[in-house]
Amino acid sequence: MTTLVKQGRIRVKRKTPGEVFECGVDADRTIATFAVRYLQHLDPSGQPVGPLPSFAEDAEVMTALYKSMVLTRTFDGRAISLQRTGQLGTYPSCLGQEAIGTGVASVMADDDVLLTTYREQAAHIWRGVTLEEIFQYWGGDERGSDFSGPRRDFPVCVTIAAHAVHAVGVASAMKLRHEPRVAVCVLGDGATSKGDFYEAVNLAGVWRLPVVFVINNNQWAISVPRHAQTAAETLAQKAIAGGFEGVQVDGNDIVAVRQAATDAIETARTGGGPGLIEALSYRMGDHTTADDAGRYRPKDEASNHQSKDPVARLRAFLDDRGWWSKEKEKTLIAKCKARVEEAKEAYLAIVPEETTAMFDHLYETLPPALAAQRNIAAGGDDE
Amino acid sequence: MSEITLLSALTLAMARAMEEDENVVILGQDVAVNGGVFRATEGLLERFGNERVLDTPLAETMIAGMAVGMAAEGLRPVAEFQFMGFSYPAIDQLLNHGGRLRNRSRGRLTCPLVFRTPMGAGIHAPEHHSDSTEVMFAHIPGLRVVIPSSPARAYGLLLASIRDPDPVVFLEPTRLYRALREDVADDGEALPLDTCFTLRQGSDVTLVTWGAMVKETLAAADSLEADGISAEVVDVATLKPLDTETILASVEKTGRLVIIHEAAKTGGFGGEIAAQVAEHGLLHLQAPIGRVCGYDVVPPLPKLEDAFLPSEARIVEAAESAVAFA
Repeated sequence: MTTLVKQGRIRVKRKTPGEVFECGVDADRTIATFAVRYLQHLDPSGQPVGPLPSFAEDAEVMTALYKSMVLTRTFDGRAISLQRTGQLGTYPSCLGQEAIGTGVASVMADDDVLLTTYREQAAHIWRGVTLEEIFQYWGGDERGSDFSGPRRDFPVCVTIAAHAVHAVGVASAMKLRHEPRVAVCVLGDGATSKGDFYEAVNLAGVWRLPVVFVINNNQWAISVPRHAQTAAETLAQKAIAGGFEGVQVDGNDIVAVRQAATDAIETARTGGGPGLIEALSYRMGDHTTADDAGRYRPKDEASNHQSKDPVARLRAFLDDRGWWSKEKEKTLIAKCKARVEEAKEAYLAIVPEETTAMFDHLYETLPPALAAQRNIAAGGDDE
Repeated sequence: MSEITLLSALTLAMARAMEEDENVVILGQDVAVNGGVFRATEGLLERFGNERVLDTPLAETMIAGMAVGMAAEGLRPVAEFQFMGFSYPAIDQLLNHGGRLRNRSRGRLTCPLVFRTPMGAGIHAPEHHSDSTEVMFAHIPGLRVVIPSSPARAYGLLLASIRDPDPVVFLEPTRLYRALREDVADDGEALPLDTCFTLRQGSDVTLVTWGAMVKETLAAADSLEADGISAEVVDVATLKPLDTETILASVEKTGRLVIIHEAAKTGGFGGEIAAQVAEHGLLHLQAPIGRVCGYDVVPPLPKLEDAFLPSEARIVEAAESAVAFA
């Protein structure tokens, strides 16, 4: 490309034949603008704000989503109480954000790959990670990440945004093998401040990878609120720098989340490139059981968000359609509690691994150099 | 067989690995069209196409993390980092993810990747192009750290590294890239990992080293021989996991040990070798363990580079004083 400066005007001449053009306009001009779509289908009271996508007219689909969200919430509450009574390790509650994981996971194919941060129990539960495995992981046992259901899904990512670069690797493998699969990466709002995220978004765009980034924007990264995280008006627009679309959705509206995820995942699956969804939600609980949000969060903020609750919203929608009843609710709650109790009992009954397990999965074959240490761990003599 | 450089041997090994396993892919900055800044991947794009030889955007964290993701999906990515000084974002990915994936998923997902990067000083390069920080990688559980010191070992060890089911950091001594030629048969035969190579038999003193310093150490052994001192030279080749047996057997034979490495002395990998010998072979030692290392300084710019690199003379002196110790 050659640039000629002539009397305060810039003339740009591209060398490629057929693409020669001249601008001949003032140097200070707008050369790009962008817009970010916002998507909501159900208002906080569960009323449709416009025409609904067809799946929302399907009682079976909508009640299945509801049941999974209620199971997630029941599990989540029990996990916190187990931690409080010393029967589980530090645990990050997903209270109030169930619509995101459920909505996204519900439109993934079994052989797609989910890579998430540690707050997407809703997605894991839908994908077939067992409650027992989730308890096991947060109870301090690596076997909890040996998912019996989705075998290709990644274990939760604890280091922030690192799984965004894994996701573009997974998506690259899918693309290179011409497989109609998609990598779905769920991150928090804080993660969008990290270089890992930007580097991943950049590659996703330039290689048109089959990857969808979903930002669970729950407004808080431990104690740092969304407004102190970035001056960008939306997190969705961060996709635009990578050359693809980002949309913002009401993350407490499962219909909006599911529709946005359907669009983005199918676009990615059919060669249309990556997508990004910013799902606006709210972290109703503390960051984890080791955190006290009372130290930094305005007192009434969480309770003010109660009215936007995703589970109550979907329940109201189901009620309005006549697809739900007090009786069904009662049965569901009882079933969820029973399932969670059963999983808890199974989890508590798990025999810890042999101490040598910490050696036995490090390499495919234990290197001789580690044999002596393994022997000590097994209770043998230090040489 | 033909006489080739270490660099050409690396290219041959990658081509061989790509030929035998379609899951092997090459990625990094400038590795495709340009064939790599040192031309290690020259010709691979033409031969294997742009779905297996991938020029990436300039983002080391992404290259490292992408390789982890590819490996978990069953590919065998071989990622190039242009210089060791630019590879440090990869430490996050290796320490937190690559080296742990198998363990934390209890074998469900694995990470058969190779990270290649040039290491070391001696080519009059700009800042950040001369580091020898192998010990930072060698400290990370779940990895292999492999350093070749000749064209034949570069070929055999890189093939073994690509075939290995676990992550390997493959550090290439820049100074040796084109410094020597050797007959290398492109026969697909890998060399063993986790194994030291005894390059020269001797009876009076053991010289343990790796990478570029093998050159000066072998030269020092020649000088010592002229003075009537028989030096055994051990090329560690795989720093992690360490083959302590070969080193201990040599020390048992000679009774004297000098460790040579280009990296800074304090916290260098020579300290680990010395500790292993002190733990398991103290009674074979007839002299204090000697170390000839880079100084604990920032690798200087080219004007002072030669003064920074451990010299043949320093190695000879350390070996002589070990032998003279009564």
